[in-house]
Amino acid sequence: MIDLYDPFMISLIVLSISVLIALVRVILGPTAPDRIVGLDTVNTIVVVSMLAFGAATMEIIYIDVAIVYAVLSYITTLYVAKYLEGGEI
Amino acid sequence: MIEWIIYIFLGIGLFFNLLASLGLLRFPDVYTRLHAGTKCTTFGAIFLAGAVIIYGAWRWYDGDTAMVNMAIHAAIALVAILVTNPTGAHAIARAAHRSGVKPSRALVDDLAPGEEAAEADMADVEVDDVE
Repeated sequence: MIDLYDPFMISLIVLSISVLIALVRVILGPTAPDRIVGLDTVNTIVVVSMLAFGAATMEIIYIDVAIVYAVLSYITTLYVAKYLEGGEI
Repeated sequence: MIEWIIYIFLGIGLFFNLLASLGLLRFPDVYTRLHAGTKCTTFGAIFLAGAVIIYGAWRWYDGDTAMVNMAIHAAIALVAILVTNPTGAHAIARAAHRSGVKPSRALVDDLAPGEEAAEADMADVEVDDVE
């Protein structure tokens, strides 16, 4: 059962608010690199909030998902950066 | 005692993650936004993952033997963030510079390719309106 007053759950709510603020930059961003910076920040905060959710619910599987998500978001960032740079993918 | 260490770590991590998103919203430029959005999240992720590691080690010390897995896996996730995040930031900055995004209010581009381009930049430099 999820306890809403668990400190990890409270920190998860604050992290969700910061994800929403970073998504404003993804929507507004004037150039493409602005949007990528916003997406990179969102990815890192999502990884951290997966760690906090795993600690709040005492489930280890969420932390394993966080590891995979970190590596895959890194690959995505490099891919899009290479595309912007004009190189061959 | 250990609870308060976890609370302090969570507070520092949340403060820096919130600062990262606020700086991403407020800064004028791609490069300054990278400054806010990558370093602050890395520093906040160190403290938030540190809180999870301390929590798992504490529950393991109290007798819940499965929780040491949580501490070790959180440490692996922290290492993944620490390795990949600055590398991604470097790739984004390089791609932004190569694709022609100028810093706001910048006068001289020292990293422009070739001598002629640098001299041309210095010759007809335009001063933007400072708001």
